[in-house]
Amino acid sequence: MQQLGMGQAVNQALREEMTRDERVFIAGEGVGVSIHDNPMLPTADLLKDFGVARVKDTPVSEAAIAGLAVGAAVSGLRPVVEIMFNPFFTLASDMIVNHAAKLRYLSGGKSTFPLVVRIKTGAGFGAGCQHAHNLEAWVAHCPGLKVVMPSTPADAKGLLKAAIRDDNPVVFIEDMMLYFVPEPVPAEEYLTPIGKAEVKRQGRDVTVVTWSKMLGVALKAAAGLAQEGIEAEVVDLRTLVPLDRETIISSVRKTGRLVVLHEATRTGGFSGEVCALVTEEAFSSLKAPFRRVTGPDIPVPVSPPLERFYIPDEEQLIAAVKEIV
Amino acid sequence: MPRQEIELPYRIDYLSILDEQGKVDQDLEPDVDKDFLLKLHRGMLLGRRFDERLLQLQRQGRMGTFAPITGQEAAQIGAVAALEDSDWLVPSFREMAAEIWRGKTMENVILLYAGYNEGGAIPDGLNNLPIAIPVGTQTLHAAGIAYAMKYRQEKHVAMVFFGDGATSEGDFHEALNFAGVFQVPVVFVCQNNHWAISIPRSKQTRSKTLAQKALAYGVPGIQVDGNDVLAVYSAAREAVERARSGDGPSMIECVTYRMSVHTTADDPKRYRREEDVEGWVAKDPITRFEKYLKSRKIFTDKKIEAIEAEIKQEIKEAVERSEKKMEELGDPLLMFDHVFAELPPYLREQHEELRKELRQDST
Repeated sequence: MQQLGMGQAVNQALREEMTRDERVFIAGEGVGVSIHDNPMLPTADLLKDFGVARVKDTPVSEAAIAGLAVGAAVSGLRPVVEIMFNPFFTLASDMIVNHAAKLRYLSGGKSTFPLVVRIKTGAGFGAGCQHAHNLEAWVAHCPGLKVVMPSTPADAKGLLKAAIRDDNPVVFIEDMMLYFVPEPVPAEEYLTPIGKAEVKRQGRDVTVVTWSKMLGVALKAAAGLAQEGIEAEVVDLRTLVPLDRETIISSVRKTGRLVVLHEATRTGGFSGEVCALVTEEAFSSLKAPFRRVTGPDIPVPVSPPLERFYIPDEEQLIAAVKEIV
Repeated sequence: MPRQEIELPYRIDYLSILDEQGKVDQDLEPDVDKDFLLKLHRGMLLGRRFDERLLQLQRQGRMGTFAPITGQEAAQIGAVAALEDSDWLVPSFREMAAEIWRGKTMENVILLYAGYNEGGAIPDGLNNLPIAIPVGTQTLHAAGIAYAMKYRQEKHVAMVFFGDGATSEGDFHEALNFAGVFQVPVVFVCQNNHWAISIPRSKQTRSKTLAQKALAYGVPGIQVDGNDVLAVYSAAREAVERARSGDGPSMIECVTYRMSVHTTADDPKRYRREEDVEGWVAKDPITRFEKYLKSRKIFTDKKIEAIEAEIKQEIKEAVERSEKKMEELGDPLLMFDHVFAELPPYLREQHEELRKELRQDST
């Protein structure tokens, strides 16, 4: 099977969908002519292969990029636009939150906005808090948006293809560290359903719910725990909205314990939503209080040692699991 | 020469064809037939009369807040009259007359302001967008629609409306810049009605005109007498033709006046003087157009009375239809259906919760 980083998998998904459907085009800052000549990046060589009409470099204007998607989508195209770094989402947020997400509702369900906003995210580059800021809980809080945050290249390919074919606005968040971690990706055509979590590792003692880059941390910790006789079940959400509640609840019913792991800061983080769900639906199955392993409530530091401290790691996860097992 | 003036590609013109007395500048008078002129008049008058009726309905508690258009009929009808059906209208929230010209039904206007999102549904085959409340945001959607037109190599045009206040929003500038860079077929129509809620035009910007803001983006701009339907139409036709022929965007500043409240939720006496408004009564767009039509013997007082009666009846029937529709749409559970293309499981649960609650209330 081909080994691809997540950026290459995204690239393949874009290529396949652009080839399949002429209505699909991409736009964003540097999606065509990039400052990096790196085949691991998601939009590498698309300009060369699809031309300037379908791979549009835009002025530096996040609101306009997202607004372009809203207008193009309502008039029948299927735009896939890129917000270069997650903190810049705030500049585009009015278009995404107030318009892409609400105009269907305000038209009594009539007008449709089939668009994808790809956002690059993740700490680990020493680029600081105005380049790295995981805002998935913000987006998930806004009705009318689907929120996808893949953890593996294979899922990224199938989920992005599903997002492009979805008739709703989808916010698709890619952790850039995963661009450089090759994993097997099926070469053939496939779709991964939005709204379905996946149990990435079976276990009986504790459920670890996670997504995006933290899946790697969860699997490493699970391997470490297994050596001590603790079997962790790792649930990869893949999609935050709509949330696959059944997979979370049935796993917790089986294990009786829950730890939620994410890179984003803790207060108001999406882990709160997962814990609330489990408390509401599976309280009697819980043998111990749940735990959350998250980034601390500070902006992402620039300094590499501080940034390493910021990003949750397997030691923290193992310690949290041991507190409740 | 170390310092000299840089010549810019465009200058700002001011266009007025029909003066306050209804006297026409024959050199500039657009070449359109009698039926078209009558249609312009009817569109403006319907907008005025429907606006008055909406205000009554709101005051009677039969519908909620809305933004009246009185005084701005020429700016709206003159502009959309230059569009083909296949073009796109992107309104803000004060373009009721333009929306109706473009096929939105009066009952849908009432339904929307009575709180039924179904009133915002765009009928099949109509290229309008629902209204946009956050100021200026729709300018970006119009740039996106125009981008799609160019992408598909279709000869359609997007026309977007916004007010003087919107020119202070970043979105307006980003939209002009995008449209300018991409040379897409969009017409930016600014209804400068002198008031952004309670902020007067003089406190909105130091710019002498709003039209000149387009120049910064390499986009031609023109200022017109917004109460002169012939001037607005002529400028719009020129801009639409420019867009359709592939020569990119334009901006038209229509200088008009908001004769009524910002919305039915405010009291303009708190921030403007009656005398200011009175000065604009003499500039009324409908009165001057009627004078012009009479001077051209296109119609008589009797004919106006007949049109008034016809419009009154149409409005009456629309109000009746809207109230009947409200009864049909009485099911509050419908609101869950409009968020996504399909009902996700968690919304189905919340839908069910409300259904149970309603059943308990009714027992």
